[in-house]
Amino acid sequence: MTSTHADDDLQTVTLTVNGSERTVAVPPHRTLLDGLRDEVGLPGTKSCCAEGECGACTVLLDGRAVNACLVLCVEVEGRDVTTVEGLSRNGLTDLQEEFLNAGAVQCGFCIPGQVVSAEYLLRTNPSPSEEQIREGMSGNLCRCAGYQRIVRAVQATAVRRGGGHD
Amino acid sequence: MPKYYRPTSRADALTALAGAGTGARPFVGGTDLLVGLRHHTVEPELIVDLKGVADLPEPIVVTDDGVQIGPTLTMGELAAHPLVQRWYPALVEAALTVGSVAIRNRASLVGNSCNGSPAADTAPPLLVHDARVTIASQDGERTAPLVEFFLAPRRTLCGPGELVIRIDLPRPAEGSGSAFRRLTRRRGVDLATVSVAAVVDSDGRVVLGLGAVGPRPIRTELPGPVDLTDEPALIRLLDEQLEVATPISDVRASREYRVATLRVLAKRAVLAAADRRTSREMAS
Repeated sequence: MTSTHADDDLQTVTLTVNGSERTVAVPPHRTLLDGLRDEVGLPGTKSCCAEGECGACTVLLDGRAVNACLVLCVEVEGRDVTTVEGLSRNGLTDLQEEFLNAGAVQCGFCIPGQVVSAEYLLRTNPSPSEEQIREGMSGNLCRCAGYQRIVRAVQATAVRRGGGHD
Repeated sequence: MPKYYRPTSRADALTALAGAGTGARPFVGGTDLLVGLRHHTVEPELIVDLKGVADLPEPIVVTDDGVQIGPTLTMGELAAHPLVQRWYPALVEAALTVGSVAIRNRASLVGNSCNGSPAADTAPPLLVHDARVTIASQDGERTAPLVEFFLAPRRTLCGPGELVIRIDLPRPAEGSGSAFRRLTRRRGVDLATVSVAAVVDSDGRVVLGLGAVGPRPIRTELPGPVDLTDEPALIRLLDEQLEVATPISDVRASREYRVATLRVLAKRAVLAAADRRTSREMAS
Protein backbone atom coordinates (compact mmCIF):
# COMPACT_ATOMS: atom_id res chain seq x y z
CA MET A 1 0.00 0.00 0.00
CA THR A 2 1.02 3.56 -0.52
CA SER A 3 1.14 4.32 3.20
CA THR A 4 4.75 3.15 3.32
CA HIS A 5 5.75 6.01 1.03
CA ALA A 6 5.96 9.70 1.76
CA ASP A 7 3.38 11.66 -0.18
CA ASP A 8 6.01 13.47 -2.23
CA ASP A 9 7.14 10.10 -3.65
CA LEU A 10 3.73 9.54 -5.17
CA GLN A 11 2.83 10.37 -8.74
CA THR A 12 -0.76 10.76 -9.87
CA VAL A 13 -1.78 8.72 -12.92
CA THR A 14 -5.09 8.84 -14.76
CA LEU A 15 -5.84 5.85 -16.94
CA THR A 16 -8.84 4.08 -18.42
CA VAL A 17 -9.43 0.64 -16.93
CA ASN A 18 -12.13 -1.51 -18.52
CA GLY A 19 -13.82 1.57 -19.94
CA SER A 20 -13.78 3.66 -16.73
CA GLU A 21 -11.40 6.51 -16.00
CA ARG A 22 -9.43 5.90 -12.81
CA THR A 23 -6.91 8.08 -10.99
CA VAL A 24 -4.33 6.50 -8.72
CA ALA A 25 -1.33 7.82 -6.79
CA VAL A 26 1.68 5.48 -6.94
CA PRO A 27 5.44 5.61 -6.42
CA PRO A 28 7.34 5.62 -9.75
CA HIS A 29 8.69 2.09 -9.47
CA ARG A 30 5.26 0.53 -8.83
CA THR A 31 4.16 -1.80 -11.62
CA LEU A 32 0.87 -1.69 -13.46
CA LEU A 33 0.20 -5.12 -11.96
CA ASP A 34 0.39 -3.76 -8.42
CA GLY A 35 -1.56 -0.67 -9.41
CA LEU A 36 -4.41 -2.72 -10.84
CA ARG A 37 -4.59 -5.07 -7.86
CA ASP A 38 -3.86 -2.74 -4.94
CA GLU A 39 -4.99 0.70 -6.10
CA VAL A 40 -7.73 0.06 -8.65
CA GLY A 41 -8.96 -2.98 -6.73
CA LEU A 42 -9.11 -5.50 -9.58
CA PRO A 43 -7.53 -8.76 -8.36
CA GLY A 44 -8.34 -10.82 -11.47
CA THR A 45 -4.90 -10.02 -12.91
CA LYS A 46 -2.64 -12.45 -11.04
CA SER A 47 0.74 -11.78 -9.50
CA CYS A 48 3.05 -14.77 -9.89
CA CYS A 49 6.65 -14.58 -11.17
CA ALA A 50 6.54 -10.77 -11.46
CA GLU A 51 9.31 -10.82 -14.08
CA GLY A 52 7.61 -11.62 -17.39
CA GLU A 53 8.18 -15.36 -17.36
CA CYS A 54 4.74 -16.79 -16.58
CA GLY A 55 2.03 -14.62 -18.18
CA ALA A 56 -0.35 -14.73 -15.19
CA CYS A 57 -0.56 -10.91 -15.23
CA THR A 58 -1.32 -10.52 -18.96
CA VAL A 59 -3.54 -7.51 -19.72
CA LEU A 60 -4.34 -5.54 -22.86
CA LEU A 61 -2.60 -2.15 -23.00
CA ASP A 62 -4.12 -0.07 -25.80
CA GLY A 63 -5.37 -3.37 -27.20
CA ARG A 64 -2.01 -5.17 -27.14
CA ALA A 65 -1.19 -8.04 -24.78
CA VAL A 66 1.54 -7.14 -22.28
CA ASN A 67 2.85 -8.46 -18.98
CA ALA A 68 1.49 -5.99 -16.39
CA CYS A 69 4.45 -6.84 -14.13
CA LEU A 70 6.81 -5.32 -16.72
CA VAL A 71 4.89 -2.05 -17.17
CA LEU A 72 5.33 0.92 -14.84
CA CYS A 73 2.07 2.26 -13.53
CA VAL A 74 3.24 5.85 -14.09
CA GLU A 75 3.78 5.26 -17.83
CA VAL A 76 0.14 4.38 -18.53
CA GLU A 77 -1.05 7.97 -18.05
CA GLY A 78 -3.87 8.52 -20.54
CA ARG A 79 -3.76 4.97 -21.83
CA ASP A 80 -6.33 2.21 -22.02
CA VAL A 81 -6.07 -1.00 -20.00
CA THR A 82 -8.35 -4.03 -20.29
CA THR A 83 -8.12 -6.71 -17.61
CA VAL A 84 -9.84 -10.09 -17.47
CA GLU A 85 -12.67 -8.40 -15.56
CA GLY A 86 -13.15 -6.05 -18.51
CA LEU A 87 -13.46 -8.91 -20.98
CA SER A 88 -16.36 -10.43 -19.06
CA ARG A 89 -18.40 -7.43 -17.96
CA ASN A 90 -21.52 -9.03 -19.42
CA GLY A 91 -20.97 -12.48 -17.95
CA LEU A 92 -18.70 -15.24 -19.19
CA THR A 93 -17.42 -14.78 -22.72
CA ASP A 94 -17.57 -17.50 -25.34
CA LEU A 95 -13.85 -18.03 -24.76
CA GLN A 96 -14.31 -18.48 -21.02
CA GLU A 97 -17.18 -20.91 -21.66
CA GLU A 98 -14.96 -22.95 -23.94
CA PHE A 99 -12.24 -23.03 -21.27
CA LEU A 100 -14.83 -24.56 -18.94
CA ASN A 101 -16.23 -26.90 -21.61
CA ALA A 102 -12.74 -28.19 -22.42
CA GLY A 103 -11.90 -28.78 -18.77
CA ALA A 104 -9.00 -26.40 -19.24
CA VAL A 105 -9.43 -24.84 -15.79
CA GLN A 106 -7.69 -26.95 -13.18
CA CYS A 107 -6.33 -25.02 -10.18
CA GLY A 108 -7.37 -21.89 -12.08
CA PHE A 109 -4.61 -19.51 -11.07
CA CYS A 110 -3.14 -19.01 -14.55
CA ILE A 111 -6.52 -18.82 -16.28
CA PRO A 112 -7.07 -15.02 -16.23
CA GLY A 113 -3.74 -14.56 -18.03
CA GLN A 114 -4.48 -17.46 -20.37
CA VAL A 115 -7.87 -15.95 -21.24
CA VAL A 116 -6.43 -12.49 -21.98
CA SER A 117 -3.65 -13.98 -24.13
CA ALA A 118 -6.11 -16.19 -25.98
CA GLU A 119 -8.45 -13.24 -26.56
CA TYR A 120 -5.56 -11.22 -27.98
CA LEU A 121 -4.52 -14.15 -30.17
CA LEU A 122 -8.02 -14.56 -31.59
CA ARG A 123 -8.41 -10.83 -32.21
CA THR A 124 -5.13 -10.67 -34.12
CA ASN A 125 -5.53 -14.07 -35.82
CA PRO A 126 -9.15 -15.29 -35.93
CA SER A 127 -8.19 -18.62 -37.56
CA PRO A 128 -5.05 -19.80 -35.78
CA SER A 129 -3.52 -23.20 -36.51
CA GLU A 130 -2.66 -25.40 -33.54
CA GLU A 131 0.97 -24.40 -33.95
CA GLN A 132 0.02 -20.70 -33.96
CA ILE A 133 -2.07 -21.22 -30.82
CA ARG A 134 0.84 -22.92 -29.06
CA GLU A 135 3.21 -20.15 -30.16
CA GLY A 136 0.74 -17.38 -29.26
CA MET A 137 0.17 -18.87 -25.81
CA SER A 138 3.79 -19.86 -25.11
CA GLY A 139 4.23 -16.97 -22.67
CA ASN A 140 1.50 -18.34 -20.37
CA LEU A 141 2.61 -21.13 -18.08
CA CYS A 142 0.22 -23.58 -16.43
CA ARG A 143 1.65 -25.48 -13.48
CA CYS A 144 -1.20 -28.00 -13.74
CA ALA A 145 0.01 -28.62 -17.31
CA GLY A 146 -3.46 -28.19 -18.79
CA TYR A 147 -2.00 -27.11 -22.12
CA GLN A 148 -3.76 -29.62 -24.34
CA ARG A 149 -7.17 -28.56 -23.08
CA ILE A 150 -6.28 -24.88 -23.24
CA VAL A 151 -5.38 -25.33 -26.92
CA ARG A 152 -8.69 -27.12 -27.47
CA ALA A 153 -10.58 -24.28 -25.77
CA VAL A 154 -8.97 -21.72 -28.07
CA GLN A 155 -9.70 -23.88 -31.13
CA ALA A 156 -13.34 -24.29 -30.09
CA THR A 157 -13.71 -20.54 -29.60
CA ALA A 158 -12.23 -19.87 -33.04
CA VAL A 159 -14.76 -22.25 -34.58
CA ARG A 160 -17.59 -20.65 -32.60
CA ARG A 161 -16.54 -17.22 -33.90
CA GLY A 162 -16.50 -18.54 -37.46
CA GLY A 163 -12.72 -18.76 -37.75
CA GLY A 164 -12.00 -22.45 -37.38
CA HIS A 165 -8.77 -23.73 -38.87
CA ASP A 166 -8.84 -26.73 -41.19
CA MET B 1 13.53 5.18 -5.19
CA PRO B 2 13.90 6.24 -8.84
CA LYS B 3 12.17 9.25 -10.27
CA TYR B 4 10.26 8.85 -13.54
CA TYR B 5 10.54 11.42 -16.32
CA ARG B 6 8.74 11.40 -19.64
CA PRO B 7 10.32 14.04 -21.90
CA THR B 8 8.61 15.12 -25.10
CA SER B 9 11.71 16.30 -26.96
CA ARG B 10 15.06 14.70 -27.71
CA ALA B 11 16.86 17.74 -26.26
CA ASP B 12 15.00 17.37 -22.95
CA ALA B 13 15.75 13.65 -22.88
CA LEU B 14 19.48 14.23 -23.47
CA THR B 15 19.57 17.02 -20.86
CA ALA B 16 17.98 14.72 -18.30
CA LEU B 17 20.34 11.85 -19.15
CA ALA B 18 23.37 14.16 -18.91
CA GLY B 19 22.16 15.62 -15.61
CA ALA B 20 21.73 12.27 -13.91
CA GLY B 21 24.86 10.67 -15.46
CA THR B 22 25.36 7.05 -14.38
CA GLY B 23 22.17 7.27 -12.31
CA ALA B 24 19.94 7.57 -15.39
CA ARG B 25 18.36 4.75 -17.37
CA PRO B 26 16.66 5.21 -20.74
CA PHE B 27 13.41 3.25 -20.82
CA VAL B 28 11.32 1.91 -23.73
CA GLY B 29 9.96 -1.61 -23.24
CA GLY B 30 11.32 -2.17 -19.75
CA THR B 31 11.41 -5.96 -20.15
CA ASP B 32 14.94 -6.04 -18.75
CA LEU B 33 14.83 -2.84 -16.67
CA LEU B 34 11.79 -3.81 -14.60
CA VAL B 35 13.28 -7.21 -13.77
CA GLY B 36 16.43 -5.38 -12.61
CA LEU B 37 14.38 -2.96 -10.51
CA ARG B 38 12.56 -5.83 -8.87
CA HIS B 39 15.77 -7.64 -7.94
CA HIS B 40 17.63 -4.41 -7.06
CA THR B 41 20.35 -5.28 -9.56
CA VAL B 42 19.62 -1.91 -11.19
CA GLU B 43 18.90 1.06 -8.94
CA PRO B 44 18.61 4.13 -11.14
CA GLU B 45 17.92 7.59 -9.75
CA LEU B 46 16.08 8.58 -12.90
CA ILE B 47 14.10 6.58 -15.44
CA VAL B 48 13.81 8.48 -18.74
CA ASP B 49 10.85 7.15 -20.72
CA LEU B 50 11.55 7.69 -24.44
CA LYS B 51 8.08 6.73 -25.67
CA GLY B 52 6.79 10.29 -25.46
CA VAL B 53 9.69 11.90 -27.35
CA ALA B 54 8.35 13.37 -30.59
CA ASP B 55 11.61 14.07 -32.46
CA LEU B 56 13.49 10.80 -32.16
CA PRO B 57 13.98 8.84 -35.41
CA GLU B 58 10.87 7.01 -36.60
CA PRO B 59 10.50 3.37 -35.46
CA ILE B 60 11.43 2.17 -38.95
CA VAL B 61 12.39 3.93 -42.17
CA VAL B 62 13.11 2.02 -45.39
CA THR B 63 15.52 3.50 -47.94
CA ASP B 64 17.12 2.16 -51.12
CA ASP B 65 20.22 1.36 -49.07
CA GLY B 66 18.60 -0.48 -46.17
CA VAL B 67 16.51 0.21 -43.09
CA GLN B 68 16.93 2.63 -40.21
CA ILE B 69 15.50 1.53 -36.90
CA GLY B 70 14.60 3.99 -34.15
CA PRO B 71 14.58 3.43 -30.38
CA THR B 72 10.88 2.63 -30.05
CA LEU B 73 10.48 -0.17 -32.63
CA THR B 74 9.27 -3.29 -30.81
CA MET B 75 10.32 -6.84 -31.58
CA GLY B 76 6.74 -7.59 -32.61
CA GLU B 77 6.65 -4.68 -35.08
CA LEU B 78 10.07 -5.64 -36.44
CA ALA B 79 9.10 -9.27 -37.04
CA ALA B 80 5.82 -8.28 -38.74
CA HIS B 81 7.43 -5.84 -41.20
CA PRO B 82 7.24 -7.28 -44.74
CA LEU B 83 10.48 -5.79 -46.00
CA VAL B 84 12.38 -6.83 -42.87
CA GLN B 85 11.04 -10.35 -43.46
CA ARG B 86 12.35 -10.27 -47.03
CA TRP B 87 15.75 -8.67 -46.43
CA TYR B 88 16.67 -9.92 -42.95
CA PRO B 89 15.06 -13.32 -42.30
CA ALA B 90 17.70 -14.19 -39.67
CA LEU B 91 16.76 -11.06 -37.71
CA VAL B 92 13.06 -11.94 -37.89
CA GLU B 93 13.77 -15.48 -36.68
CA ALA B 94 15.80 -14.07 -33.80
CA ALA B 95 13.19 -11.45 -32.86
CA LEU B 96 10.50 -14.16 -32.80
CA THR B 97 12.50 -16.15 -30.26
CA VAL B 98 12.57 -13.24 -27.80
CA GLY B 99 10.31 -13.96 -24.81
CA SER B 100 6.67 -14.34 -25.75
CA VAL B 101 4.04 -12.41 -27.69
CA ALA B 102 3.47 -10.12 -24.69
CA ILE B 103 7.22 -9.51 -24.26
CA ARG B 104 7.61 -8.77 -27.98
CA ASN B 105 4.78 -6.23 -27.79
CA ARG B 106 7.00 -4.23 -25.41
CA ALA B 107 10.67 -5.11 -25.91
CA SER B 108 12.57 -2.89 -28.34
CA LEU B 109 15.30 -3.93 -30.76
CA VAL B 110 17.51 -1.01 -29.75
CA GLY B 111 16.99 -1.80 -26.05
CA ASN B 112 17.98 -5.41 -26.66
CA SER B 113 21.35 -4.20 -27.98
CA CYS B 114 21.80 -1.54 -25.28
CA ASN B 115 21.20 -4.08 -22.52
CA GLY B 116 24.58 -5.51 -23.54
CA SER B 117 23.82 -9.17 -22.88
CA PRO B 118 26.22 -11.65 -24.55
CA ALA B 119 23.12 -13.81 -25.15
CA ALA B 120 20.95 -11.08 -26.75
CA ASP B 121 19.00 -12.91 -29.43
CA THR B 122 19.06 -10.13 -31.98
CA ALA B 123 22.80 -9.40 -31.66
CA PRO B 124 24.09 -12.22 -33.92
CA PRO B 125 21.83 -11.34 -36.90
CA LEU B 126 22.51 -7.61 -36.48
CA LEU B 127 26.25 -8.37 -36.50
CA VAL B 128 26.16 -10.50 -39.67
CA HIS B 129 24.15 -7.77 -41.40
CA ASP B 130 26.85 -5.21 -40.50
CA ALA B 131 24.58 -3.02 -38.39
CA ARG B 132 25.78 0.45 -37.40
CA VAL B 133 24.74 2.29 -34.26
CA THR B 134 24.21 6.03 -33.91
CA ILE B 135 24.72 7.41 -30.41
CA ALA B 136 23.53 10.90 -29.46
CA SER B 137 24.48 13.13 -26.56
CA GLN B 138 24.34 16.86 -25.83
CA ASP B 139 27.66 17.13 -27.68
CA GLY B 140 26.31 15.71 -30.95
CA GLU B 141 26.18 12.32 -32.62
CA ARG B 142 28.66 9.55 -33.37
CA THR B 143 28.31 6.34 -35.34
CA ALA B 144 30.05 3.00 -34.81
CA PRO B 145 29.80 -0.51 -36.20
CA LEU B 146 27.77 -2.72 -33.87
CA VAL B 147 30.76 -5.06 -33.54
CA GLU B 148 32.56 -2.24 -31.70
CA PHE B 149 29.47 -1.35 -29.65
CA PHE B 150 29.51 -4.43 -27.41
CA LEU B 151 32.37 -4.03 -24.91
CA ALA B 152 31.72 -6.61 -22.17
CA PRO B 153 28.73 -8.15 -20.38
CA ARG B 154 26.30 -5.26 -19.72
CA ARG B 155 28.76 -2.71 -21.09
CA THR B 156 28.42 -0.95 -24.42
CA LEU B 157 29.83 2.11 -26.15
CA CYS B 158 26.73 4.02 -25.04
CA GLY B 159 27.91 5.74 -21.86
CA PRO B 160 26.39 8.09 -19.29
CA GLY B 161 24.50 10.98 -20.87
CA GLU B 162 24.24 9.12 -24.17
CA LEU B 163 21.40 7.55 -26.07
CA VAL B 164 21.31 5.12 -29.00
CA ILE B 165 18.96 6.85 -31.41
CA ARG B 166 19.28 4.59 -34.45
CA ILE B 167 20.47 1.24 -35.76
CA ASP B 168 21.17 1.20 -39.51
CA LEU B 169 21.06 -2.05 -41.43
CA PRO B 170 22.53 -2.00 -44.93
CA ARG B 171 20.52 -3.72 -47.62
CA PRO B 172 21.85 -7.27 -48.05
CA ALA B 173 23.82 -8.04 -51.20
CA GLU B 174 21.75 -9.36 -54.09
CA GLY B 175 21.67 -13.14 -54.02
CA SER B 176 22.68 -13.53 -50.36
CA GLY B 177 20.69 -15.40 -47.70
CA SER B 178 20.56 -15.42 -43.91
CA ALA B 179 19.34 -17.67 -41.11
CA PHE B 180 19.33 -17.86 -37.31
CA ARG B 181 19.50 -20.95 -35.12
CA ARG B 182 19.24 -21.06 -31.35
CA LEU B 183 19.39 -23.64 -28.60
CA THR B 184 17.35 -23.12 -25.42
CA ARG B 185 16.21 -25.31 -22.55
CA ARG B 186 12.56 -24.61 -23.30
CA ARG B 187 10.78 -23.01 -26.26
CA GLY B 188 9.67 -19.50 -25.30
CA VAL B 189 10.67 -17.26 -22.41
CA ASP B 190 14.20 -18.54 -21.93
CA LEU B 191 17.56 -17.03 -22.78
CA ALA B 192 19.74 -18.62 -25.44
CA THR B 193 22.14 -21.37 -24.43
CA VAL B 194 23.88 -20.86 -27.78
CA SER B 195 22.77 -18.85 -30.82
CA VAL B 196 24.17 -18.46 -34.33
CA ALA B 197 23.27 -16.23 -37.27
CA ALA B 198 24.76 -16.71 -40.72
CA VAL B 199 24.83 -14.75 -43.95
CA VAL B 200 25.99 -16.53 -47.09
CA ASP B 201 26.48 -14.49 -50.25
CA SER B 202 26.21 -15.61 -53.87
CA ASP B 203 29.94 -16.47 -54.02
CA GLY B 204 29.80 -18.64 -50.89
CA ARG B 205 31.34 -16.05 -48.56
CA VAL B 206 30.14 -16.85 -45.02
CA VAL B 207 29.72 -14.40 -42.11
CA LEU B 208 28.75 -15.71 -38.67
CA GLY B 209 27.32 -14.05 -35.56
CA LEU B 210 27.64 -16.00 -32.31
CA GLY B 211 25.65 -15.44 -29.11
CA ALA B 212 26.15 -16.69 -25.53
CA VAL B 213 29.60 -18.15 -26.28
CA GLY B 214 31.80 -15.29 -25.04
CA PRO B 215 31.75 -12.10 -22.96
CA ARG B 216 30.06 -10.32 -25.85
CA PRO B 217 28.35 -11.30 -29.10
CA ILE B 218 30.97 -12.29 -31.70
CA ARG B 219 31.20 -11.60 -35.45
CA THR B 220 33.49 -13.77 -37.52
CA GLU B 221 33.97 -14.77 -41.16
CA LEU B 222 35.07 -18.00 -42.79
CA PRO B 223 38.24 -17.44 -44.84
CA GLY B 224 37.39 -17.04 -48.51
CA PRO B 225 34.39 -18.41 -50.42
CA VAL B 226 33.24 -21.85 -49.28
CA ASP B 227 32.11 -24.70 -51.52
CA LEU B 228 28.88 -25.52 -49.67
CA THR B 229 28.40 -28.79 -51.55
CA ASP B 230 31.54 -30.09 -49.76
CA GLU B 231 30.13 -30.63 -46.27
CA PRO B 232 33.31 -32.13 -44.73
CA ALA B 233 35.23 -29.05 -45.87
CA LEU B 234 32.56 -26.76 -44.39
CA ILE B 235 32.70 -28.61 -41.07
CA ARG B 236 36.49 -28.36 -41.03
CA LEU B 237 36.41 -24.62 -41.71
CA LEU B 238 33.75 -24.08 -39.06
CA ASP B 239 35.74 -26.09 -36.50
CA GLU B 240 38.76 -23.87 -37.11
CA GLN B 241 36.86 -20.59 -37.15
CA LEU B 242 34.69 -21.33 -34.12
CA GLU B 243 37.85 -21.35 -31.98
CA VAL B 244 37.06 -17.63 -31.53
CA ALA B 245 34.26 -18.66 -29.15
CA THR B 246 35.15 -18.73 -25.44
CA PRO B 247 32.01 -20.01 -23.72
CA ILE B 248 31.69 -20.46 -19.96
CA SER B 249 29.77 -23.01 -17.88
CA ASP B 250 26.67 -21.61 -16.22
CA VAL B 251 23.14 -22.56 -15.21
CA ARG B 252 22.12 -23.15 -18.85
CA ALA B 253 24.96 -25.39 -20.05
CA SER B 254 28.55 -26.43 -19.55
CA ARG B 255 31.37 -24.95 -21.56
CA GLU B 256 31.91 -28.28 -23.33
CA TYR B 257 28.24 -28.59 -24.29
CA ARG B 258 28.26 -25.06 -25.71
CA VAL B 259 31.41 -25.76 -27.76
CA ALA B 260 29.84 -28.93 -29.16
CA THR B 261 26.41 -27.50 -29.95
CA LEU B 262 27.85 -24.29 -31.41
CA ARG B 263 29.37 -26.34 -34.24
CA VAL B 264 26.09 -28.09 -34.95
CA LEU B 265 24.06 -24.87 -34.89
CA ALA B 266 26.61 -23.02 -37.02
CA LYS B 267 26.48 -25.68 -39.73
CA ARG B 268 22.68 -25.64 -39.70
CA ALA B 269 22.57 -21.85 -39.87
CA VAL B 270 25.04 -21.74 -42.79
CA LEU B 271 23.17 -24.40 -44.78
CA ALA B 272 19.79 -22.74 -44.09
CA ALA B 273 21.17 -19.35 -45.12
CA ALA B 274 22.64 -20.86 -48.29
CA ASP B 275 19.28 -22.44 -49.15
CA ARG B 276 17.60 -19.07 -48.94
CA ARG B 277 19.92 -17.51 -51.48
CA THR B 278 17.72 -18.46 -54.41
CA SER B 279 14.30 -17.82 -52.91
CA ARG B 280 15.47 -14.97 -50.62
CA GLU B 281 12.16 -15.37 -48.81
CA MET B 282 11.79 -16.51 -45.26
CA ALA B 283 10.07 -19.86 -44.95
CA SER B 284 6.97 -19.40 -42.88
